[in-house]
Amino acid sequence: MERPLTEHIKQDGTPLSLKEYEAVGGYQGLRNALKVSPADVMNVVKDSKLRGRGGAGFPTGVKWSFVPMGDNAPSPKYIVANGDEMEPGTFKDRLLVEGNPHQLIEGMIISAYAIGASMSYIFLRWAYHEAAKRIQYALNEAYEAGYLGKNILGSPFSLEMDLHTSVGRYICGEETALLNALEGKRANPRNKPPFPQVSGLFGKPTIVNNVETFSNIPHILAKGAQWYISLSKSEGGGGTKLYGASGKVKRPAIWELPLGTTLGEVIEEHAGGMQDGYKLRGLLPGGASTDFLTPDQMNIKLDFEEVAKAGSRMGTGTIIVMDDKTCPVGMCLNLEQFFAQESCGWCTPCREGLPWTAKILLALEEGNGKPEDIDHLTFQTHYNAPGNTFCALAPGAMEPLQSALKHFREDFDEHIHTHRCKYQHG
Amino acid sequence: MAKVFIDNIEYEVPNGKNMLEVALSLGLDLPYFCWHPAMHSVGACRQCAVTNYRDENDTRGRITMACMLDATDGTRISINDQKSKDFRAGNIESLMINHPHDCPVCDEGGECHLQDMTVMSGHNYRRYRFKKRTHINQDLGPFLNHEMNRCIQCYRCVRFYNDYAGGKDFGVFASAGRVYFGRSEPGTLENEFSGNLVEVCPTGVFTDKTLKKHFTRKWDLTSAPSVCHQCSVGCNILASERYGTMRRVMTRFNGDVNGYFLCDRGRFGYEYVNDEKRLTRAAQKDASSGSDPVSSVKAHIASRPKMIGIGSPRASLESNFMLKRLVGAENFYQGIPSNEADVINEVLRVLREGKVRTPSLKEMEDFDTVFVLGEDVTNTAPMMALGLRQTAKTLPKQKAYALRIQHWNDAAIREVVQDEKGPFFLATGYATKLEEVSTSVYHGDTNSLLKLSEAITNEIRSGSGDNQSGGFSHQVAQALLASEKPLIVSGTGMMSKSIVQAAANIAGALKDAGREVGIVYAVPEANSMGLAMLGAAGSLDDAISRVNNEKDLTAVVLETNLFYRTDNQTASDFLSHCHKTILIDSMENECTQEADFILPAGTFAESDGTMVNNEGRAQRYYQVFKPNNDMRSSWAWLDMMINQTEEARPYDDIIREMLEANPALEKIKTLAPAADFRIGTQKIPRQTHRFSGRTSMNAHVSVHEGKPPVDNDSPLTYTMEGYHGKPPSADIPFYWSPGWNSIQSINKYQIEVGGDLHGGNPGLRLIEPNENGITRFEVNSAGNNSGRYEVLPSWHIFGSGEMSAMSPAIEKRIPDVYIAVSDKALEKAGLQGADKISVRHQSATITLPVKVDNSLPDNVVLLPYGFKDTVGWRFPFKGELERGV
Amino acid sequence: MVTAQVISNEARQEIEKLFHHLPHKQAACIDALKIVQKYNRWVSDEALQELAPILEMSVHEIDSVATFYNIIFRRPVGRHVILLCNSVSCWIMGYEEIKKALKDKLKIDFGMTTKDDRFTFLPIPCLGTCDHAPAMIIDEDLYRDLKPDQLDEILAKYE
Ligand SMILES: Cc1cc2nc3c(=O)[nH]c(=O)nc-3n(C[C@H](O)[C@H](O)[C@H](O)COP(=O)(O)O)c2cc1C
Ligand code: SF4
Ligand code: FES
Repeated sequence: MERPLTEHIKQDGTPLSLKEYEAVGGYQGLRNALKVSPADVMNVVKDSKLRGRGGAGFPTGVKWSFVPMGDNAPSPKYIVANGDEMEPGTFKDRLLVEGNPHQLIEGMIISAYAIGASMSYIFLRWAYHEAAKRIQYALNEAYEAGYLGKNILGSPFSLEMDLHTSVGRYICGEETALLNALEGKRANPRNKPPFPQVSGLFGKPTIVNNVETFSNIPHILAKGAQWYISLSKSEGGGGTKLYGASGKVKRPAIWELPLGTTLGEVIEEHAGGMQDGYKLRGLLPGGASTDFLTPDQMNIKLDFEEVAKAGSRMGTGTIIVMDDKTCPVGMCLNLEQFFAQESCGWCTPCREGLPWTAKILLALEEGNGKPEDIDHLTFQTHYNAPGNTFCALAPGAMEPLQSALKHFREDFDEHIHTHRCKYQHG
Repeated sequence: MAKVFIDNIEYEVPNGKNMLEVALSLGLDLPYFCWHPAMHSVGACRQCAVTNYRDENDTRGRITMACMLDATDGTRISINDQKSKDFRAGNIESLMINHPHDCPVCDEGGECHLQDMTVMSGHNYRRYRFKKRTHINQDLGPFLNHEMNRCIQCYRCVRFYNDYAGGKDFGVFASAGRVYFGRSEPGTLENEFSGNLVEVCPTGVFTDKTLKKHFTRKWDLTSAPSVCHQCSVGCNILASERYGTMRRVMTRFNGDVNGYFLCDRGRFGYEYVNDEKRLTRAAQKDASSGSDPVSSVKAHIASRPKMIGIGSPRASLESNFMLKRLVGAENFYQGIPSNEADVINEVLRVLREGKVRTPSLKEMEDFDTVFVLGEDVTNTAPMMALGLRQTAKTLPKQKAYALRIQHWNDAAIREVVQDEKGPFFLATGYATKLEEVSTSVYHGDTNSLLKLSEAITNEIRSGSGDNQSGGFSHQVAQALLASEKPLIVSGTGMMSKSIVQAAANIAGALKDAGREVGIVYAVPEANSMGLAMLGAAGSLDDAISRVNNEKDLTAVVLETNLFYRTDNQTASDFLSHCHKTILIDSMENECTQEADFILPAGTFAESDGTMVNNEGRAQRYYQVFKPNNDMRSSWAWLDMMINQTEEARPYDDIIREMLEANPALEKIKTLAPAADFRIGTQKIPRQTHRFSGRTSMNAHVSVHEGKPPVDNDSPLTYTMEGYHGKPPSADIPFYWSPGWNSIQSINKYQIEVGGDLHGGNPGLRLIEPNENGITRFEVNSAGNNSGRYEVLPSWHIFGSGEMSAMSPAIEKRIPDVYIAVSDKALEKAGLQGADKISVRHQSATITLPVKVDNSLPDNVVLLPYGFKDTVGWRFPFKGELERGV
Repeated sequence: MVTAQVISNEARQEIEKLFHHLPHKQAACIDALKIVQKYNRWVSDEALQELAPILEMSVHEIDSVATFYNIIFRRPVGRHVILLCNSVSCWIMGYEEIKKALKDKLKIDFGMTTKDDRFTFLPIPCLGTCDHAPAMIIDEDLYRDLKPDQLDEILAKYE
């Protein structure tokens, strides 16, 4: 089984140096790309069926194709790597940026070439201090080796790349909010349209992709679209995917597996199943803003279509496991408090609805729930549905709650009727 | 045109609109908060949700914000379906969870958009059972009250204050449910347009502090359509009173002039009307005759004395005309010094005889390149500056449109525009605030500005030019030539006729080069233009020399404080040289002690009349209330004098007479409906039908309801009786529509929201350019050259206006008086480190504290215009600097 | 009049360098705040005053940005800042226990600073190390797989 993204990442936890990266084929994809036209690069990426790894799974090549090209296109254009990774339960990009920053950098250079960008940013979340140091080091190496800067590898193509570390807010991961943060502003999301591909950073055409998405690009350019598609077990997209699991499983970790690996395989084989004394009650398949799946759904394939069919979203592919000794209401409370706190405060449903939701859940947990609270929670899940809010934060926040109300309704009712949370100790 | 469907009804609507605008323009009720007709859409509040259907077969549809939905052909929405209704009800419920239950004591109550929208959206039962969030309030200075707990986070305030008006001392802080709108720390809001927050805020976070001082419920106000008297722009206002005192001023929408906004001088400068120094009773110095003062004046006039009249740029056309009629054209003088009169007359000449058109304030926003010559627009014509701030974005915005971003997509446009602006050039005597939006600036004394203008004109005419003045003139000339719609802005601020001519020449050259050029002048006062149009035998100076020579003159001084217009000595000499003086004015001043007779004049609040603004637009204003004393329109006094009557003739008779005598004013005939105008049989009430207090208003005096005063001068009544539909656009005393109690009900008075009023915007332009007109004006060189420093007036929105400066809230914002010089100039004069310096001009000296301003050219010195210590000085003048003591 | 300068020359130079790749100075606002904080621990009102002319922004504009973000401190913090992850995986894996232990040891709750100014104690959302929950960051050091009995040893490293 091939693991192009992670196979060279060292077990000792140190990052690949430029030399080490080059020794395993690093920057070959870039060399290949520079030999062909930007349009060719874009086509290879389109053909590879690479889909964005940031959560929504949008086909990457298609996204790029919206960027205005040609001499009359606005300039400069920008490439931005989204390494904000603040979604609770998500820890995949950390592995890539800490283990192999050059892979990300190379992916971004190729992407910049494809869309004709001349400036690029790595937007990294604040808490990744170690990653920041490593990226900065790798950037210096890349500049020195002529992979960045003027006339890259002797070609007419030039690109600058900067690292920006965020000052902490989940909304910065939303791509348009991220652009505002990069502009030094409050990270409120922007309306789409216009999409960033047309009017993005500083009002110029901009591509924002996830760190994992970019990390795939060098390999696609090095080995071709067909090879990439062959890595996947999914109809809907090519390549491998980083899957992870946290919670009370035996071996919580990250694994690179073919896209479309089944849920059961990840939990049972890779994570080693539940810790002794714990039973699986439910799980969020792709981070905090996905719907609960239940133990009877272990044979679904983890790809964008199948998970959606099963009533959830693949999201980031990092699974949060809820065991039978964890209170589903308490877990929802924890999640909603997070989302309420991280709302940017721009639109009404999210800014007002999420705190209200969290307050009700807290009341339930503290034994002050009322029967009508269930109706109100249900109302909130409709009220904050996609399209109703300005961005996808609040709809994401509602996913675990709406599915918990479906799958674990008895727990909510019990909290209300017994005026206590039976999971709480003491 | 696009065909759209709303609740399955087909409508033809203009292209380029969003569905919220479309729905509101069709008269449908759709609630909203964050959208504003002048600031457009950002999609934050989510209150304008509708259900959007793909096509007629789509039965489910999806919730969409109407304000963010393009009204393209085939767009199909529903407002009345259950789905969007439920959403809107839920949304308003969420907005209200933290809102205090303070409507009964809230200043906004009864005129609150949030109240209206809550009712409209159908939320009436509170389910939220947790603690409300609370905030600390800030002291924001003398104009605005801050009550943050009422905030519903629609972001309109920051979008107006920062994005639209360019303010920098206000903002949104924190995030999530804790967002806070205010300042980093408490303190006075500095922006000249801060008062608009009162109207922009849909609830009671920002309320009018001057109203709070003498609060009355909004529905108990008596209001009249009026015109702001505080500068030459002539913004339309709604002026409101109760119990004979003025309570507040709000924006009266005029799509050609001020649109939705007012400046702070206009909004808060009304309080002088309530001053205890108001003249309320007719009076005479010598009561020995035994007859009452009015009879004495009449008797004196009947004795046919030799009279001269001093007209006034702050009095109405009608009053000036009646004065002229009383004293005769050859004895009628403009009540301003000759230098000022010359400049204003020159502006009028340029507009009348020139070939270049002067645009309306609204039209100014459509020009693409701006050159400002010699005018501190923010301080002399504030609303013009607000308009020019928008003009500065005309070309940058094109970039957004080229990306197919819709005109209403405010945030997206801003993203593309970033901080790009212009081309926008300023050449002024001192640094002005519009430099914030300019691409390049130049500071110089009058002569260097003239030289610069000449270079620009020559370069435009010849197509190429030398690179003088550090390339500035070249830059300006090329930018103007490259522009399709260049705008030249100037004015009387430097009190220089040559500057007026120089600006006209640049515009003229552009006109000859085939550009669609506009020229705009700011003039000093509300009716400076009207007074100039009436024509006079001379200026105040000419009147002064007449009384010096002819000792038997009776001077009728109309709304002119001689001690404001000229220096003390000259003013008192004038008064003592007159045989008799009859003063018609509104406020006690140095003249009132000396005058033989005093007739108390109404201010804009107690009189009717017409003003002509800087554009040459005649605008009618109406008396707000009938005072229970002697105050009345000045023209009414004059009419009583002329005809020796007990009561003046009705206003319409005066107008008729004025138009007969002044064919140039002919258009005024159709400016507003005549007094006998009726809708059906009904007049137009100044009070809303919600007015509550009439029967009990004077209960402490008498329980009998007095007979309400009758208005013979206009189609308006002073009561709530009358027609409650929509009056003609010139006569709208307040905005109200069922379900829309706040100022937002303006929507219902417009042909399309944000557009013109039904029946056309009020006001009529009296001056149109002459197609065969002049494009070259001879520039008279700048006079007096003795003395090393040119002393220029510096203008202050708060302080340089004669009447507004007497309003307590404005008074608090007047800066300390100063002499401004650069360090270099101080050095040149050997005055480094001096705290106070003197400027000497001929035999006169003025000594004031020094304010160092290094943006000043080293031969320019500034004195604030119209401050107590500086009145009477005639600018510009050449002077010497000395150490002050 | 000379007032104490709260943004050091060193910090100023570092801020100036930011302008290099940016179309206008305001775009450096967040990074500049970070630099100020790096040198001063937190961003005081005085620091905002000094930052304003450097960035060509008003104090209000900078504060509007500063108060939006979690990790810009507009109130004084101690010599060391403990950020304990309170997000879902850590919560499942025993965050409450760690929080209680830290509270007891430091004798402060979230949002507070110890009397000796040694520690400020704050919650933080997911640290992206959920496979090693519970986790916390002190200053820039990440601690994972936390057990209450390790805390003494960890805290002892910070003076
Ligand atoms: C609230 C919110 C947070 C997000 N956080 C992240 C994030 O941390 N990292 C990320 O790559 N995408 C995040 N996204 C998704 C981005 O908006 C965007 O879709 C993504 O970066 C696109 O990259 P991709 O096409 O490579 O997936 C977030 C979206 C939302 C609505
Ligand atoms: S849903 Fe609304 S308030 Fe929430 S983060 Fe998005 S834009 Fe901000
Ligand atoms: S008015 Fe449409 S979202 Fe606020």
